[in-house]
Amino acid sequence: MVETIYTDLLCLGAGLAGERVAIEAAGAGFDVICLSIVHSKRSHSSAAQGGMQAALGNSVMGEGDSPDIHFQDTVKGSDWGCDQEVARIFVDTAPIVMRELAYWGVPWNRVVGGKGSYYKGGQKFEKVEDAAKEGLITSRNFGGTAKWRTCYTSDGTGHAVLYTMDNRATQMGVKVHDRIEAIAMIHDGETCQGVVARCLRTGKLRVYLAKATLVATGGYGRIYKNTTNAVICEGGGQSIALDTGLVPLGNMEAIQFHPTGIVPTDILVTEGCRGDGGTLLDKNEDRFMPQYEPEKAELASRDVVSRRMIEHIRKGFGVKNSYGDDNLWLDIRHLGEAHIRTKLREVDEICQNFLGIDPLHQLIPVRPTHHYSMGGVRTNKDGAAYGLKGLFAAGEAACWDLHGFNRLGGNSLAETVVAGKIIGGKVVEYLKGASVTFNTAIVDGFIKKEQARISALIHGSGKENVFELRTMMQDALMAGVGIFRNEKDLEKAVRTIQEVQERAKNIGLKSNGLGANPELGLALKLPGMVRLAQCVAYGALQRRESRGCHAREDYPARNDRDWLTRTLATWDEGADLPTLNYEAATPTFELPPGERGYGGGKIISADESEA
Amino acid sequence: MDRMLTIHVFRYNPQDPDSTPHMQSYYIDETESMTLFIVLNRIREEQDPSLQFDFCCRAGICGQCAMVINGRPNLACKTKTKDLPSQITLLPLPFFKLIGDLSVDTGTWFREMNTRVESWIHTQKEFDPAAEEERMDNDTAEKIYELDRCVECGCCLAACGTARMREDFLGAAALNRIARFVLDPRDQRQEKDFFEIIGNDQGIFGCMGLLGCEDVCPKNLPLQDQLGYLRRKMGIYALKNLRSTKKTC
Repeated sequence: MVETIYTDLLCLGAGLAGERVAIEAAGAGFDVICLSIVHSKRSHSSAAQGGMQAALGNSVMGEGDSPDIHFQDTVKGSDWGCDQEVARIFVDTAPIVMRELAYWGVPWNRVVGGKGSYYKGGQKFEKVEDAAKEGLITSRNFGGTAKWRTCYTSDGTGHAVLYTMDNRATQMGVKVHDRIEAIAMIHDGETCQGVVARCLRTGKLRVYLAKATLVATGGYGRIYKNTTNAVICEGGGQSIALDTGLVPLGNMEAIQFHPTGIVPTDILVTEGCRGDGGTLLDKNEDRFMPQYEPEKAELASRDVVSRRMIEHIRKGFGVKNSYGDDNLWLDIRHLGEAHIRTKLREVDEICQNFLGIDPLHQLIPVRPTHHYSMGGVRTNKDGAAYGLKGLFAAGEAACWDLHGFNRLGGNSLAETVVAGKIIGGKVVEYLKGASVTFNTAIVDGFIKKEQARISALIHGSGKENVFELRTMMQDALMAGVGIFRNEKDLEKAVRTIQEVQERAKNIGLKSNGLGANPELGLALKLPGMVRLAQCVAYGALQRRESRGCHAREDYPARNDRDWLTRTLATWDEGADLPTLNYEAATPTFELPPGERGYGGGKIISADESEA
Repeated sequence: MDRMLTIHVFRYNPQDPDSTPHMQSYYIDETESMTLFIVLNRIREEQDPSLQFDFCCRAGICGQCAMVINGRPNLACKTKTKDLPSQITLLPLPFFKLIGDLSVDTGTWFREMNTRVESWIHTQKEFDPAAEEERMDNDTAEKIYELDRCVECGCCLAACGTARMREDFLGAAALNRIARFVLDPRDQRQEKDFFEIIGNDQGIFGCMGLLGCEDVCPKNLPLQDQLGYLRRKMGIYALKNLRSTKKTC
């Protein structure tokens, strides 16, 4: 007998997006359960360091800021890949949400009136904060923005906001079931009705049936070998949505590489380091970004900075390290002890703990590394997923689509809570009108299918090693679907992932699979991860242009004539490749396609006729 | 870097009727910049895929991987093998319920703790979306964040003498959380409200002052100061209250 639990709203994930939606629904009187594979306060939102963009304009360097300027920065950052209606809703709502978080208890850093100094490009400058703004939420500088707009709590913003949010959720009566992992989505072909889940304490299966289900499981960075992402970021939610064969994933090829992962562990050090005046240096300890990006330098968008770093390394300016590759240096020494030990204390700790260096006196070895997934479960502007009624998605798990082909630093952490509030409101509207009939035969069918998978893994004759297959998939993406891409390497990645997919049908466990067995856990997940990996690789192969983070060496121009589109990937049962469709990137153009102002590169305009 | 490490690991899977608690040893070659995150994942992938342990951010940020490392609770992800002898003994955190091997259930305990101490701002004010945010001094914000940096890893409870003797003890994590809200001007709770939660042996008066918590906190939170501060504050409140009760009698 499989335990069955009913609720109004089921949130898959209890990070910032999931809990923010949950709070909205609980506030409206609905019963809400969040599933989380870890204690909710360990969700990967907690690792976000830098901050949240919102055009409050309180700090002197943010003076004159407005949602309009935030909107322009976001659309340019996305390389015109985002949905402009969504970007507009987001920038208009963000300031209110930051204030709401302050009301709930987030210890935002505040404006300190009077004279102060700041660094830009290694130089010290003076600034005078308006005494009349003393005590309001302040902001720091981030890449690709015209103003200082990123609200922060030291460099532990994600941690501070998640702790406040999780406690608020507890206060509102949101139930969190932790160490529970959804492994299949229950649906009748039209409506999503909940999930089959596996308990990560006992290994037992459980069914959750709900009027509405939200995917808020974060990113899927662990399909890559090297990533800043936590080990839990395996795309569980996207993967079970894709498995329905009905729900499309948007822009899976849009993968962000962050300029400053430390070597060799790929742990992130925040963009705030550069925002606060840190610089990138090469093997001669020369600052090189201004020669590539005269205006924005280290603070161009992440896709651009990462590409310029690789370009510079390819010219022979990288620092050879003992791990067999090249890195560059991040220099924050000049920011001084008071700043590093208070505003960048997480960075300080990471440097001391994982590199054994003191960033006050030593350079930080960095390289661009996988960081963020712009793609995810495609939703409309209300957060409702395409393909199934009663299914919603928010945060990194979703393709809402605020970020297009490159998200700005500080926009994703803000997205979790801003989208959470907006989509939470839409979920409440949906729940008010929803009644759902659960068909036990359909539910049993889904349970039996999962029981059969588990039984085959434990008792079957499969011989493939799940860890080796995972490594093969991760290496294929590293080799073929990195910062620079081309047809030959992409084709090879697609073929390798097809091979992994085939071999994954024959996984055999080496252990007994009893209880919260980690080998079984991975064996259940891996086929889904492989399908996500293929959506990334195949989507990248088919997109014959360069846009934002998707840089094709064989198609270097941004092609607005043919590719001002969003990729939609669905997966038919038994197929070895996704089915790709395309839709217009945005229903309306508040800001017509143009130059970003950084990054260089050619543009084939929408008006150009075919050559 | 030519050391062979011997990793002695506590093994027990409560879900397996054939499993009994025992120690198991693994051997692994040390590599450069090796952490226990690398060690344990290599053991799982190369030697024993049934081995249960918890990691999440692997960057010392999320608090998931606390365990007892050569007798001392700490985060495994940031523990470098070069700082340890070649014999390494790993045990699950005591105090919390065992899930299996090195994995313990901190989530349930911390969720209950947060409910018990009502770990949120208590205010009569309504949020006004049209209004400017309430102002706060930046120094106050930084002081709150200093205490807000707790990652709920559980090391302080694993190292706590009182927690070993009474399982209803709130421990340094909860007391630090209370101290965080005492500092916060947005929280309208008064001394008597806090006293109701922690003015007892489950709370601040259960602390014996051994301060193992301060010694092992991986985030270097100023726990000793907070415990001292709360003890004094709650003690004075109790005395005052005792006197006023006598007067009214």
